[in-house]
Amino acid sequence: MYNAKYIIPGIILFVVIFTLPFWMNIFTPKYNYPELAKPVGPNGEVLECVEPAEWMRANHMDLLIEWRDSALRDEKRIYVSSTGKEWETSLQKTCMECHTDYNKFCDTCHVQNAVEPYCWDCHIKPQGNN
Amino acid sequence: MNSNRRYFLKVAGLSTFALAAGVGATVVKAMPQIKEPGDGSFTTTKNAIKGKRLAMVIDTRKFENETDMLPIIDACHKFHNVPNIEGPQEVKWIWQDSYAHSFTDDTSPLLPEQVKNRRYFLLCNQCSEPSCVRVCPVKATYKTEQGLVAIDYHRCIGCRFCMAACPYGSRSFNFSDPRRHMKDEDLNMEYPTRMRGVVEKCTFCAEKLELGELPICVQASKGGIMFGDLSDPESNVRKALAENFTIRRKPGIGTDPGVYYII
Repeated sequence: MYNAKYIIPGIILFVVIFTLPFWMNIFTPKYNYPELAKPVGPNGEVLECVEPAEWMRANHMDLLIEWRDSALRDEKRIYVSSTGKEWETSLQKTCMECHTDYNKFCDTCHVQNAVEPYCWDCHIKPQGNN
Repeated sequence: MNSNRRYFLKVAGLSTFALAAGVGATVVKAMPQIKEPGDGSFTTTKNAIKGKRLAMVIDTRKFENETDMLPIIDACHKFHNVPNIEGPQEVKWIWQDSYAHSFTDDTSPLLPEQVKNRRYFLLCNQCSEPSCVRVCPVKATYKTEQGLVAIDYHRCIGCRFCMAACPYGSRSFNFSDPRRHMKDEDLNMEYPTRMRGVVEKCTFCAEKLELGELPICVQASKGGIMFGDLSDPESNVRKALAENFTIRRKPGIGTDPGVYYII
């Protein structure tokens, strides 16, 4: 091969750089979900959320936007969850009633994932933690 | 022979299809409706105050001076986290003014003294034909099915067209972060504040109505302000309008305001 001593190392170098994200992914530690301050009842039991916690973790932002549009545009302020329980669609009155620790609940994930939701420009953070 | 076979296959195929469709339909019907997380639905509360045209009747004879009115204004502003800012950047949902400033269409110079000297509650008139809604370029302000003019603060871009369009001066702009003008401990945790750069106004306490409660000012007025559905002939507001002479602000411009004043 003509100029093989340049081309072959070049190809190898190219492949290594091109696949670098995969290599880096293999060698970086696995992402761990941060420990959240889960709301507990008076007897220490874990309280039921609007929807299963696992689903809420991934989809709470979509649910909140649905709540907002339903309350403001359709004037329907009661959410009947998939389990059949009724909730008032209010961030401050419903969500924050249980999730009373802003820093240890909302911010833990949001900071880790560099998300800056603008909810709190208007909605009031749970008191005592802001 | 050939045509027989063909006929048989046709009938057999169709019968199989029909059978499968029938069985499939019954199976689907018989299957329990399992809801996935997030498949919830929305509804309203049973005791929500509803109406086709919610309106307010203010008995101005019961509010002679500012001391009668300030507690009601305070109650509203405190509940809705309205900041107290002096000067041209003030934010207000309900306020009071003189007859000449309130009813600018009435040019009579010889009014009864008590009418001329009385103070009048002013607030968003929740018009049937709201000019603010017509000019909003992003549909942040809109009319609800109850006949209320609502604002979606999430969507407001702060262009202030609605403020220019409102003939009643009912809208206020947040020139600065309203939280700067309120103490954290004074905030009502059941209601949000607004942010810098959005327009706000009275909402007829839409979120209170949903819970079956009357607006804050109506509750605080001890009967001086009546609230109800104009489309219901039996409602208290219809009765008040039938028994008393009432006027509205700027009726000539065609916005059909929903706040009536008993003089």
